[in-house]
Amino acid sequence: MSRSPDHAPGGLGRLWAQRLFDWFDRRYQIAGLIEFLRHKDVPITGMSFLYYFGGIALFLFVVQVVTGVLLLMYYVPSADQAYESVHNIMAKIHFGWLIRSLHAWSANLLILSVMIHLFSVFFLRAYRNPRELTWATGFGLLGLVFAFGFSGYLLPWNQRAFFATKVGTDILGQLPVVGTFLLTVLRGGEEVTGATLGRFFGLHVAILPGLATLLVGGHLLLIQRQGMSHPAAWLKQPPEQRRSMPFFPNFLARDLLLWFLILNAVAAVAVFWPAELGDKADPFGAAPAGIKPEWYFLSQYQVLKWMPARIGPISGERVGILAMMFAGLAVFLLPFCDRAVEGDPRRRWLDFFGVAAVTGLILLTVVGYVSQ
Amino acid sequence: MSVPNDRSVPGEAPTDPPSSVRRRILDVLLGVSFFTWLGSVVYPVVRYLLPPEGPALEQRTIRVGEVKDFKKNSGTLFRMGAKPGILICTPSGELRAFLAVCTHLQCTVQYKPDEGVIWCACHNGRYNLQGINISGPPPRPLTPLQVKLKGNEVYVSLA
Repeated sequence: MSRSPDHAPGGLGRLWAQRLFDWFDRRYQIAGLIEFLRHKDVPITGMSFLYYFGGIALFLFVVQVVTGVLLLMYYVPSADQAYESVHNIMAKIHFGWLIRSLHAWSANLLILSVMIHLFSVFFLRAYRNPRELTWATGFGLLGLVFAFGFSGYLLPWNQRAFFATKVGTDILGQLPVVGTFLLTVLRGGEEVTGATLGRFFGLHVAILPGLATLLVGGHLLLIQRQGMSHPAAWLKQPPEQRRSMPFFPNFLARDLLLWFLILNAVAAVAVFWPAELGDKADPFGAAPAGIKPEWYFLSQYQVLKWMPARIGPISGERVGILAMMFAGLAVFLLPFCDRAVEGDPRRRWLDFFGVAAVTGLILLTVVGYVSQ
Repeated sequence: MSVPNDRSVPGEAPTDPPSSVRRRILDVLLGVSFFTWLGSVVYPVVRYLLPPEGPALEQRTIRVGEVKDFKKNSGTLFRMGAKPGILICTPSGELRAFLAVCTHLQCTVQYKPDEGVIWCACHNGRYNLQGINISGPPPRPLTPLQVKLKGNEVYVSLA
């Protein structure tokens, strides 16, 4: 006996879903919105797995928001109580250790996936005209995740965080013209104190999330509006051999499955390697031996370590910082310089730069990690 | 393992093909697994949101002060564990104590010397000096506390 769809399991649910949909559609014409979601196609190539990293970053951002809001319920942003409140979360609150470890681990994974996402867009040339602003908003988001990492690192007010913040803000203070201003504004004075903690807290839980929500929204809107870029390898194929998949719902279903797996994996990692807390910050104690920044700042850290004390008339540190800022600017301006259109096979030499950048970053990070 | 796809015999009413039974079993298994997983996500969050019970702050007996600290026709608020208490010295000089928590919506009450009543400013509730609700919205009398004198010292304990 063949079943009619109405009698299939879930038939009643589907009927209600249809009614709900109609209710909204009559008022807000959401059918057009669905159409807007549907029109995006994902090109299928050997490199299609790279398309998942943007979605992974988005999912991990949501995990950050949820676990971050939960941590806010017990965290106290003051130099006197911050460390104790985090200790309380780790030791006394039910599953507090899990929530904080999830926050810490998914933050690291978020930064990693944003980096992979950036490089995949680079190698697929997906930043080219007309997607300059998608690249620019994505670049802004990369800056934001670094700022999130940097500001969140201080909040437990432990020894490592205290000195990392001292060094990190000092580096910003080296910037010409605005350096001193930035340093004072960020620290809330000349030194890293409870005032700094208050400012970093505000930055981490209010200003940065607000900016990130705006940029993520803009980024997604642009992608949805323009559809996905077609890589050269896909365009090279004869039209009848080009394969693609609707983003909604086909690709999204794959995204969901992957997010599910990632959440489980992060939870498992959090169980076996919970986030550490260390010793409470002592502003008048010596910096502990072997103190290093988080892995995503190790490459910059290593570059600064290699800089000689002076290069000509200016300090080596300042030269290093300026060099890195120019590198960042070049990455930001890339789509405005590479004026080729989608699928243009020229400028293969850019790949050389990309590979050099990835290799350089990995090498510097490893050296930074193992060096004394 | 091979399962015949169609066991229906010509002339007989066709039964559910086994594939649809298998599908339903899979649906159930998937559904159960999904909700188990969802539970394992929601449970830690709910437990996290409920703060663990701290050490019992509620001391049974509190020293409030000395008899001379309390003038006639006055009320004094004090801490009774995590809650406020009120010690009334009546116009006749008798000491009485209550939890200063209004039974309406838990505002902290005060003594009104001009009227000789315990008054809640939030919604104009009134209690007499026995702690009985006499006007306004409070539904019940205040919780009475026991007052004990040890020499000159005034102690209050949960009744």
